Amino acid sequence: MSVLLIAEHDNSKLKPFTLNAITAASKIDSDVHVLVAGSNCENVSNEIANVPLVKKVLWCDSPNYQNYLPENLAPLVTKAAEQYDHVVASANTFGKNFMPRVAAALDISQVSDIIKVSSPDTFVRPIYAGNAFATVKSNDKKKCVTIRPTSFEPAEKTGGSAKIEKIEAVDVPNISKFIKREETKSERPELGTARVVVSGGRGLESGENFKLITDIADKLNAAVGASRAAVDAGYISNDHQVGQTGKVVVPDLYIAVGISGAIQHLAGMKESKIIVAINKDGEAPIFSVADYGLEADLFKALPEFLAELNKLNTIQK
Amino acid sequence: MKILVAVKRVIDYNVQIRVKEDGSGVHTDNVKMSTNPPDDNAVEESVKLKESGKVKEVIAISIGEDKAQETIRKALAIGADKGIHVKADSYIEPLGIAKILKKIVEKEKPDMVFLGKQAIDDDCNQTGQMLAAMLNWPQATFTSKVNLKDKSAEIIREIDEGLETIEVNLPAVVSCDLRLNEPRFASLPNIMKAKKKPMEQINAKDLGLDLTNRIQQIKVEEPPKRKAGIKVANVAELVSKLKNEAKVL
Repeated sequence: MSVLLIAEHDNSKLKPFTLNAITAASKIDSDVHVLVAGSNCENVSNEIANVPLVKKVLWCDSPNYQNYLPENLAPLVTKAAEQYDHVVASANTFGKNFMPRVAAALDISQVSDIIKVSSPDTFVRPIYAGNAFATVKSNDKKKCVTIRPTSFEPAEKTGGSAKIEKIEAVDVPNISKFIKREETKSERPELGTARVVVSGGRGLESGENFKLITDIADKLNAAVGASRAAVDAGYISNDHQVGQTGKVVVPDLYIAVGISGAIQHLAGMKESKIIVAINKDGEAPIFSVADYGLEADLFKALPEFLAELNKLNTIQK
Repeated sequence: MKILVAVKRVIDYNVQIRVKEDGSGVHTDNVKMSTNPPDDNAVEESVKLKESGKVKEVIAISIGEDKAQETIRKALAIGADKGIHVKADSYIEPLGIAKILKKIVEKEKPDMVFLGKQAIDDDCNQTGQMLAAMLNWPQATFTSKVNLKDKSAEIIREIDEGLETIEVNLPAVVSCDLRLNEPRFASLPNIMKAKKKPMEQINAKDLGLDLTNRIQQIKVEEPPKRKAGIKVANVAELVSKLKNEAKVL
C-alpha cells in the first residue's frame, strides 16, 4: 500500500520542509500521497500536485483546519490513514504536535525524527541529542513516522501532475481554540534552510551586541542562529535557537560565535558541512567540532571579519 | 484544582554519552542520573500554580525502576504533595507510558497533566500528545506560558515560526518547554520534609495493560565523527581558508 504524508503550509503556500519530507516518504514507498488540510488552501493542493514524486493529493478544506489545531487535525488524519501503510510528517513543531495523537488513536508506536530510511519498516534516528544513532524496526502493521527534514534533500517542485481528490472534513471536538500567532518576520533566509548560518551565544553579552552577528549574516545572506544560553538570557527570540530542543540546521557554512558548545547545542549543528568557531576560550568544546577555529575576542574579531568579507567580491547577495 | 505532573529519570544532561561496543545501547552504569530537564519545568509550574492558590493538590508520578522514586522525591521536595511510583523494570515506549498515565488519570481525576515536552534520552516527544489523544483532552505542547482560568487555560507555545497563543478547555495536557520558568532548587528542610510525604507504589504489570514494545531496537552506534579541524591564527587566515580551501565564500 501507499504512504500518506501530511503537508505543512500556511493555507496559501507550501512550507519548504514538506518537500524534504516527500523525498523521505518516497524512500519508504514510491506511491506517495499527500494530504493538504486547511482553509481556502486550493493553491497549496495545486502546488503539491506539481511535485513529480507525488502520485495523489487529498485535499480537505474547512475552517476547522485553518490553524492546524491538533485536536481537529488528528481525527482527519486518523480517518485518512485507514487506506495507508505509513503516515508521515516533518519532525518540526508542526508534525511533532499532531502525529503522536494520530499514533495513539491508531494504537501505534510512533517512530520519531528519522534521519534515514533503511527499509519500509526500519529507520535510523538520533537519540541522546544525536550522541548515538539507533536503528529501529517498527513491528506495528501501520506505521507513524516523523522525518527530520534537514536529513533529506528537497523534492523537485515542478513537472508532476498528480490527481487531486477532495475529501470530506470530519467532526471536531471543540476543546481548543487558536488565538494568535506571532511570527518573527525577517528579510533573511529561514534558519532551517539557509545555506549559511551565523550564530551567537552568551559571549555576545547583550541583545544589542547581536548586531555584530546580524551584520555578518546580512553580508553573507545568512540566517541568524543562537545558543539556548543566548535565548534564555533574552538576547534574541526563541525561534533562533539551534540545538536539541531548538532547530536542527545543516548549512554549508555554520559560524558559531561566543558559543561554548554544550552537548545540546552541538546536537543542532554538528552535521553542518563546514563549521567555524570563534571563541576566546581555546578549551571550549565547540572547537572539537570546528573545521576552522579562531581563538579570539569576538568583539575584535567580528568587525575584522566583516571588513575582510567586504574585500571579497565573490559573495552571493 | 488538581495537577498530575509526570517526571522521568534520565542520564544527566551534562554527561558525555558513551555507546556500548556491542551496539546494544548506551552505558548507564555508574552514570549520573537526574530529572529530565523540561520535567523540572513541569514540576516548577505545577508548584507555582499551587502557591498561587489556583491549585489545591500536586501529585508527582514516575514510571520506571525503583530508583525512579528519587526523581519523585525531588518533585516532592520542590512542593508536590504526594508521589506515585509505577514500577517497571524494563524500557516502556511512549505509547505504553501514555497508557499507564491514562489509567492513573482515570483514578486520580486531575484537571491538568503537566510533563516535559520531550525526554532527553530517547528524544521521542510523544507522551503528552498520546495521553491527550487517549483521554480525548486538548493538549498544549512546547508551552512557555500558562495563564490558568476557571475552565480553560490560555497558553503561549514556542513554534518554529515564533510564538502561538491558544486556549485549551480543561482538563488538558500541558507539555512544558524550557523557558516556561526557572526551576528552583529544593532547600534542605524541604528535602527532609519530602521524605515524609506519601508515596504510593503500583506495579505496571498489575494495571492490566498491554505494554508490549512495538519498536525493536536493532542497534545503537556512535554517529560518524567529524575529522579534526585546525586553528587559524587570525581573521585574514580564516577568510582565506573559507574562500580557497573550503570554498564556501
